Amino acid sequence: MKRFPLGCLILLALVLLSSGCKKHSSATPSLSSKVYGAQIVEVSGGKQVAGVGVKLSDPVVVQVNGADGNGVAGALVRFHGDGLGTNPNEALTDASGQVSVSVQLGGIAGGYELAAEIPKQGGGTTSISIREVALGYREKVGKEVSYKYCGNCHDPESTPERVSNLDNLTPPLPHPFTDGNTLNAMSDADLIKIITDGGPALGKSPQTPAYRNTLTQTQIKAVVAYIRTVADPPYHAPASKR
Amino acid sequence: MSLGNQFGRVWGFFVGTAPRRFASVSVLLAVVAAIAPTKDFFSQWRHYQKLYVHLIQTRPDADRLQRRFDTGIRQIWIPERGVADRCTTCHVALQEASLSDIRKQPFRPHPAMPHSLTEFGCVVCHHGQGAATTGQEAHYSSKAWEQPILPARYVEASCGQCHMDNLEGTPQLNLGRKLLARFGCAHCHAITQPDGTFVAPVDEPPSLEHVAEKTTPEWIFAWVKNPQAYAASATMPNYRFSDQEAGDITSYLMSQSTPSENSSHPLPPSFALPKGGDPVQAGASLYGTLFCASCHAIQNAAGNLVGGEMAPELTRAGNKVNPDWLRRWLRSPQGYDPKTRMPRYRFDEKDVALLSSFLLSKKDDDLLANVRLPESNPQSVARGKKLVSDYGCVACHRINGVAPPESFAPDLSRIGSKPLFQVGFMHGMPETLPDYIAGKIHDPRAFGPALKMPTFSLTDTQIEALTTALLAQTDRAVTMPPELVRSSPHAKYHPGGEPGRLMEDLRCQSCHSINGNGGDMAPDLTNEGSAVNRAWLLDFMKNPNTLRPALVRRMPKFNLSDAEIKSLSDYMLSAYQASGFDSQALDLSSLNSGAAARGKELFYTKYACQSCHIADYKKDKGYVGPALAGVGDRLTPVWTYRWLKNPTAILPGTSMPNFSLPDNEARDLTAFLATLKEHKKGGAK
Repeated sequence: MKRFPLGCLILLALVLLSSGCKKHSSATPSLSSKVYGAQIVEVSGGKQVAGVGVKLSDPVVVQVNGADGNGVAGALVRFHGDGLGTNPNEALTDASGQVSVSVQLGGIAGGYELAAEIPKQGGGTTSISIREVALGYREKVGKEVSYKYCGNCHDPESTPERVSNLDNLTPPLPHPFTDGNTLNAMSDADLIKIITDGGPALGKSPQTPAYRNTLTQTQIKAVVAYIRTVADPPYHAPASKR
Repeated sequence: MSLGNQFGRVWGFFVGTAPRRFASVSVLLAVVAAIAPTKDFFSQWRHYQKLYVHLIQTRPDADRLQRRFDTGIRQIWIPERGVADRCTTCHVALQEASLSDIRKQPFRPHPAMPHSLTEFGCVVCHHGQGAATTGQEAHYSSKAWEQPILPARYVEASCGQCHMDNLEGTPQLNLGRKLLARFGCAHCHAITQPDGTFVAPVDEPPSLEHVAEKTTPEWIFAWVKNPQAYAASATMPNYRFSDQEAGDITSYLMSQSTPSENSSHPLPPSFALPKGGDPVQAGASLYGTLFCASCHAIQNAAGNLVGGEMAPELTRAGNKVNPDWLRRWLRSPQGYDPKTRMPRYRFDEKDVALLSSFLLSKKDDDLLANVRLPESNPQSVARGKKLVSDYGCVACHRINGVAPPESFAPDLSRIGSKPLFQVGFMHGMPETLPDYIAGKIHDPRAFGPALKMPTFSLTDTQIEALTTALLAQTDRAVTMPPELVRSSPHAKYHPGGEPGRLMEDLRCQSCHSINGNGGDMAPDLTNEGSAVNRAWLLDFMKNPNTLRPALVRRMPKFNLSDAEIKSLSDYMLSAYQASGFDSQALDLSSLNSGAAARGKELFYTKYACQSCHIADYKKDKGYVGPALAGVGDRLTPVWTYRWLKNPTAILPGTSMPNFSLPDNEARDLTAFLATLKEHKKGGAK
């Protein structure tokens, strides 16, 4: 008579175990559309710079165009990007052929590529890649230091808070920090040297002062990290000897 | 055969006889004893450590990495900080900079940071369960064991547990703290910071004790209904009052209003503006030349706000203010509100008339067109008083007849460690603390229609920043050893005596900081007496023209009398002195023409100072730093010399680089700068 409850207990334990092991799967139903566009273009929201993990303040907007170059309504667009969060992951274009997606950056500093993809009629896909930039602690320090000490001359944009001094300088003019075409060719050591010891240290203009006694080496390296992160086209570190 | 019988046979097979029982129990014991080693063998961290060993084989510095790695549970133990973090058991490569190209977790090295791993461990900044050895337990929370990983987007909050000063690497935290003060959160919520100080609001909502003098019931009604309809930049939140409620509040505010000190003075006869000419246009240009826009903003035709955010937006001021009140206010702001930050300008009647016509013209005819005020009667006044009391209006505004509430809203000093079981989540929202705080700031009433907290008009970025600042208010922050807390100094300096009263009247410290107390819009005046020449200071006070051509915000012209100027200048020159600026610092006789010539060469060629400074308006254009044409009139040579030698030592945080000039170069540059004189009255151009 004692055996029966024990059997029940074992059975119960097995049931509990199996229910505990059940995988939670929640596959969202996928959108589909019979409308196809010929090409997809970025409207706005690329090249935003924000802290790691942050939801970008402006949505990314893309437009699907037909062969005639006009927007196509109701076409399917899928978004994905390594490390990026997108909401929604896929959507149908609105009446003007556009789709807006909010993007959350990943937790690692650096560049992120958001792919916006449309299916092509008769199979295959077309996609564009939109670059966003995430700043970690060091790059944020670099951004603050750059804003205060470098931006007056290196940033061509004027704001109500700060008028750009770039036009007041005599050539050779400073490069914006996003100018990857020029700055990517310079080594980290050279960038650190020109900030530390001024333009003449590399045979360049004395209009770049030496910051040796104004900034710490940590701050200077942070500025270089920031320059590398916002470079456009993107900077690729040379394979170093380890 | 029944199930019971079958089971009985199996049972008999294992425990039928004593030897069988012994064998069964032995096997069972062996199995039980093997469970723990098996679990350990197949544990997640062992799996990761094996993968890591495999991974580093392929690296060029495999030998070095292998030597630096030992298997097993690893732990950072700092008893005095309550840290026992085993995160490094799986995150094995946190300190291996040579693996920085690896992005896959848990093998990514930690990015550059200001602290070392062994100094604070992991959980102090990232939260999570430090003692756990599985990813699930370490990163996620259950209702019973709650301390999930802090999402990367809020990680700056952790810096705020110790750092009260503005760090360069925490823009989001800095913004959040600024917003906490600017949006007046601390009027209702007490927030004690890690250094023991309270968050102090900086928004200074106006006193409403004399509000009937200032504006109309229609405007109050429209404002109470929706402050942002009047001024997009208004920080007053929207309480979503019904028409009835807004009407009742208006009734009470009008009925409690008493005459201000200003109204006891007879209004001077209105100034007859000269015929011809456009007084609005003339007023607008006066508004410009007085630099009212340093503090006040007005929307331009394109819809952009132009001007500062220290004082109220004036885009629709004409809808708000009574003309007589405005004339009295312009003559004496403090006579209406003794605590206002607005300085008392020495306006004459013509200035007042012109400014009034300009400000009264700033209106939007649609704003009050549809206001239908409910009838005001003793019942509505009583209902209004109850609403004013219930909704905590007096937490921000001074209002007659209602006492300021104490602890009106929950204390937020430890909100960053609020236990989740105390949190009432909305249905369907992610059940995490950051999501709760952000949701509460975004739309408080969504958590319950009876809640009183109003809706602030904030962007997503601002909400994220505020959430970060609040998440810094943790239990750990409160219990942090005091030597770890980096506080920014708080000073209460106010100048004394007759000049002190004058400086109070002009509200100098609204913009200038002196001895650590005051605003940051204008230069620090702590050492001004050592820096400037008396003749220049007298001239500047009379006609304060800017030294920085590119700035929008500038020193206003107060129209001070000669006696006032003399009193102020003498006081500043004697009281605001720094040490070490006497004649011993520099031999003035060495500032000869030869030195000046060498200095000019250094200025234009070696150091290219003209990139940022204008020494000669005819050829120089740089305007990052102040214009130096006339600097020989302005600054004393000793000051110039010591400034050139080390600007940061005199003004920490200045953007002027420290060139570490040798003594002779600093002297030659000083000699050159001393020759830059304007030779005319009225200061710089």
